[in-house]
Amino acid sequence: MIEEVGTTTEGDLVINVGPQHPATHGVLHLVITLNGETIKKVEPHLGYIHRSIEKMCESLTYRQFIYVTSRMDYLSAHINNHACALCVEKGLQVEVPQRAQYIRVIMDELTRIASHELWWGAMAMDLGAFTPFFHAFRERETINTIMEETCGARLTMNYMVPGGVMFDLHPDFQKKVKAFIQQYTSKINEYDELVTGNIIFQNRMKGIGYVTKEDAISYGCTGPVARGSGVASDIRKIAPYDVYDKVEFDEVLETGGDSFARYLVRVKEMQQSIRIIEQLIDNIPEGDFQAKTKAVLKLPKGEFYQRVETARGELGVYIISEGGTTPYRIKFRSPGFSNLSILDHMVRGHKIGDLVAAMGTLDLVIPDIDR
Amino acid sequence: MQALTNRAKSVDRKPMTFLESIYLWNIFKGMLITFRHIFKKQPTIHYPEQKRPFSPVFRGLHVLNRDEEGRERCTACGLCAVACPAEAITMEAAERVPGEENLYREEKYAARYEINMLRCIFCGLCEEACPKDAIYLSETFAPANFTRTGFIYGKTDLLIPNPKTEAADLAKAKGEL
Ligand code: SF4
Ligand code: SF4
Repeated sequence: MIEEVGTTTEGDLVINVGPQHPATHGVLHLVITLNGETIKKVEPHLGYIHRSIEKMCESLTYRQFIYVTSRMDYLSAHINNHACALCVEKGLQVEVPQRAQYIRVIMDELTRIASHELWWGAMAMDLGAFTPFFHAFRERETINTIMEETCGARLTMNYMVPGGVMFDLHPDFQKKVKAFIQQYTSKINEYDELVTGNIIFQNRMKGIGYVTKEDAISYGCTGPVARGSGVASDIRKIAPYDVYDKVEFDEVLETGGDSFARYLVRVKEMQQSIRIIEQLIDNIPEGDFQAKTKAVLKLPKGEFYQRVETARGELGVYIISEGGTTPYRIKFRSPGFSNLSILDHMVRGHKIGDLVAAMGTLDLVIPDIDR
Repeated sequence: MQALTNRAKSVDRKPMTFLESIYLWNIFKGMLITFRHIFKKQPTIHYPEQKRPFSPVFRGLHVLNRDEEGRERCTACGLCAVACPAEAITMEAAERVPGEENLYREEKYAARYEINMLRCIFCGLCEEACPKDAIYLSETFAPANFTRTGFIYGKTDLLIPNPKTEAADLAKAKGEL
């Protein structure tokens, strides 16, 4: 292992963090070269949770493969499904009914809030604050219950089908979502008091893991990681899909570039998601929730690409079709992979205790990085 | 590059005052919020004693259905196995012989029908594919088990109790008792 790391000199210490480490949130394996307590190099090793999802999708039909992608980034499972469904629809050239588009966007934003909530709780827990974790899960649980009522599952929703959504909304959906918004807005001050405004927390986050705007662009960072460095990269703004061009929301940008800036981006993004839901929830049009599609889907020969904004950044789905019922080749551009690549650059020269504070704000979901 | 960032706002980065730097007030403030929650309504349920109902569309364990007369609906057509993205379903078809009309609805039936719950991703495509409404996903989830073979559910585990002969079991399975 020591030869592999390369930069080691006499007296350096090479340690493994993970693959079974509570702070790496899954099976991320980091090989860290330390000089005393100072990090000289961090090398992520992938492969512990590789399930070859891309290859697996090539043997599944266009209806089936969507559901496997829920297992990539399980925290924004719905948004993954959305990306795949949009890409297949692009190939089939079907028009998705307005109602389905509204439902999809509301669900997307609920998923985004749930994902950021979990990140917020886990992030605070990494830094040693245990209470926020429970607070976050309380709100997240409400979203999960709303999801369960309409979609049939709590985490891997499988609610998307090419051409729309699987079922119609539960009759109580609107009422429950509004109750959630109320519950959430009454709690948001508490979040700020408990964590954001806390000086101890701020001291651990500010100035840690600095990423410049240029670095964020050249490493291919997207999502809150890029926006924390001031790079406007929100796909919902750049290339709006479904009804995102009809709603009003701000792309949250921070110029700090450190862990605290990335933290603020996510916290403010949750409020923007609430704003989007508020605009849509009362205006869901009547009509079909699913377009009529053939029982056996066949994409025409060609290449199709669709990108969406997941909770972690830009997810791209690239399908090459030979005209059959299964994709010839499929490739996912996952946000987590590019975001992880900046970790080494970010934490060099910091103390090892700051590694977790920096890594936590990347919001890594390992199955997304290593498909 | 400039055009990309003109929407940015900057973060306040004042140095700490002396009072802030001793942290006591902040610890107290955090504790206050935490302790206030002792007197609030519990958001949790006490799981094994209390259970909360799942919604009707919940995709849980599979059930093989019977018709009103207690005959098995499945005809072993294999459409569910084809639709399954996880290849979790295996079955063996058999021909109905005279005298078994009260057991099976159609001339063909599944002699063996197995679902591997460790492979299944609970997507519900089998339910959608079935032309006979023979399989559906119920509102319970797979219980824990000690061995992997315990997760391969055969026909005895999947079939819903017969409404004619096992009415009490059926009511229990439906949660009516
Ligand atoms: S729920 Fe999905 S994965 Fe499970 S058996 Fe049915 S089709 Fe297969
Ligand atoms: S459960 Fe339905 S789809 Fe599956 S073999 Fe039986 S009849 Fe066919």
